[in-house]
Amino acid sequence: MHTPPDHATTQARLHAALWSPQTPQGLGEAQALDRRFAVYRNNVQHGLSRALAARFPVIERLVGPDFFAATARVFAAQHPPQTPVLLDWGDSFPDFLATFPPAQSLPYLPDVARLEWLRGEAYHAADAARADPSALATVDPARLRLTLAPSVRAYAAQHPAVSLWHQNQPGARPAPLPKGPQYALIARTPGFAVTVDPLARDQHTILTNLLSGQPFARAATTDPTPLLALLIRHQLIAQIGETP
Amino acid sequence: MISSPDFRLPAAPGLSFKPEHFAQAVQAKTALFFEVHAENYMGAGGAPHAMLERLHAEHALSIHGVGLSIGGAGPLDPDHLKRLRGLLDRHQPESFSEHLAWSSHGADWLNDLLPLPYTDETLTTICAHIDQAQTALGRRLLLENPATYVTFADSTWPEADFLREIAHRTGCGLLLDVNNVFVSATNHRTDPRAYLAAFPLELVGEIHLAGHEAEALPDGPLLIDSHSRPVADPVWTLYAEVLARTGPLPSLVEWDNDVPGFDTLLAEAARAETLLTEARHAHAA
Repeated sequence: MHTPPDHATTQARLHAALWSPQTPQGLGEAQALDRRFAVYRNNVQHGLSRALAARFPVIERLVGPDFFAATARVFAAQHPPQTPVLLDWGDSFPDFLATFPPAQSLPYLPDVARLEWLRGEAYHAADAARADPSALATVDPARLRLTLAPSVRAYAAQHPAVSLWHQNQPGARPAPLPKGPQYALIARTPGFAVTVDPLARDQHTILTNLLSGQPFARAATTDPTPLLALLIRHQLIAQIGETP
Repeated sequence: MISSPDFRLPAAPGLSFKPEHFAQAVQAKTALFFEVHAENYMGAGGAPHAMLERLHAEHALSIHGVGLSIGGAGPLDPDHLKRLRGLLDRHQPESFSEHLAWSSHGADWLNDLLPLPYTDETLTTICAHIDQAQTALGRRLLLENPATYVTFADSTWPEADFLREIAHRTGCGLLLDVNNVFVSATNHRTDPRAYLAAFPLELVGEIHLAGHEAEALPDGPLLIDSHSRPVADPVWTLYAEVLARTGPLPSLVEWDNDVPGFDTLLAEAARAETLLTEARHAHAA
């Protein structure tokens, strides 16, 4: 007598078949079962590939849609999402690109992918209060402590990824790329746009110090005026306080 | 239509909400409700939540989950139930719905609504999952019939009877996707009207309508539930036949891929409204 498999076994068979060319056992009789099951295989692989492309649009633009889809298929099989919240999926994609053999001729890809990942984090970061910058004038500079908005990220790249990213935005024109490392502030503005503002190296150091919780006087290892102007312009200071 | 304080969508047309339509959606004068996928709104803050709050100030809101994997053999993910509870508490939608399907395996999330056999074993598992979800979420949910491309040799329950039994055992309502009925019946060479005749329409809290794509198999068409086209004529006909039996119901037109301009979506909503108006008059008579 036929004993049906338990549901966990059925699921395991289907799951295995999503990532192999074999059609699973146990399906009801029908014509062209392989083509029917292939709809699910395609939905899973294509759906994950498009989700990754939505998160890394400049990577897709730089490598082209076919290369991107093939890369995404390998990434999804090796690093599938671990929760149904796809906006949290892809944090390991930059490191994957750094070691993915077919992508080795484009060494700047991991840096661009890291930039895009941070942009996504900034887009979804928690909302925060906005401090009135006039309070800066009334606080003792030696005791000043700034709390930045949760969307603020300090970005550093070995390659000119900030320029590459800007040049691959809609309407942007290609230009000669500078050499060497690049730095940026990535954050969400009050109008919900995510901004990528180039920073000088010393300003990136100050931003990193501030994000690690250092008091302002210690964080500002050089003149912090350019960074402060940017933080005020985008309303990214959540709180202006004093250390005890 | 099922009556419960947990299902408060208006018996009007609804549309999938796409962020690119935000300004037009907020200003739409037509009676409309909007539906979003829960998992797209599980970031901490920013534009998605701000848009949803503004939209909900003007229109009724349906939150539609694609992530619970109710039809899986394994336990529900308690972290995901907490995220869902947080989202429902934050936005207080007029309805929450999920699917008769599974979508995760172990820790891996597969991003598709996968099929399952309808047996006494899966019935027991699914009812336990729905009991757990409704308790954790503090409300009843609507469970949607799937579009399927395969069946299972070991299924012992017809799908409509299976859904009725789930609803009776758990108190959940049903979301009747008329396009899914047509797609599945076409794919399995069965009669969609026989399915609808067996379907417990008194438990339905929302209708879904959507467009599908077609491939050709040697013995007939293979329809794919793509949400990428206008609703097909035979689906509109089946929808009108359902409304003739039920009276007006909340009726969502889904469009998730190759999304057109908002005017095209409004035209689909207007077509649904015409049939809803007929149903209103017929039931008032």
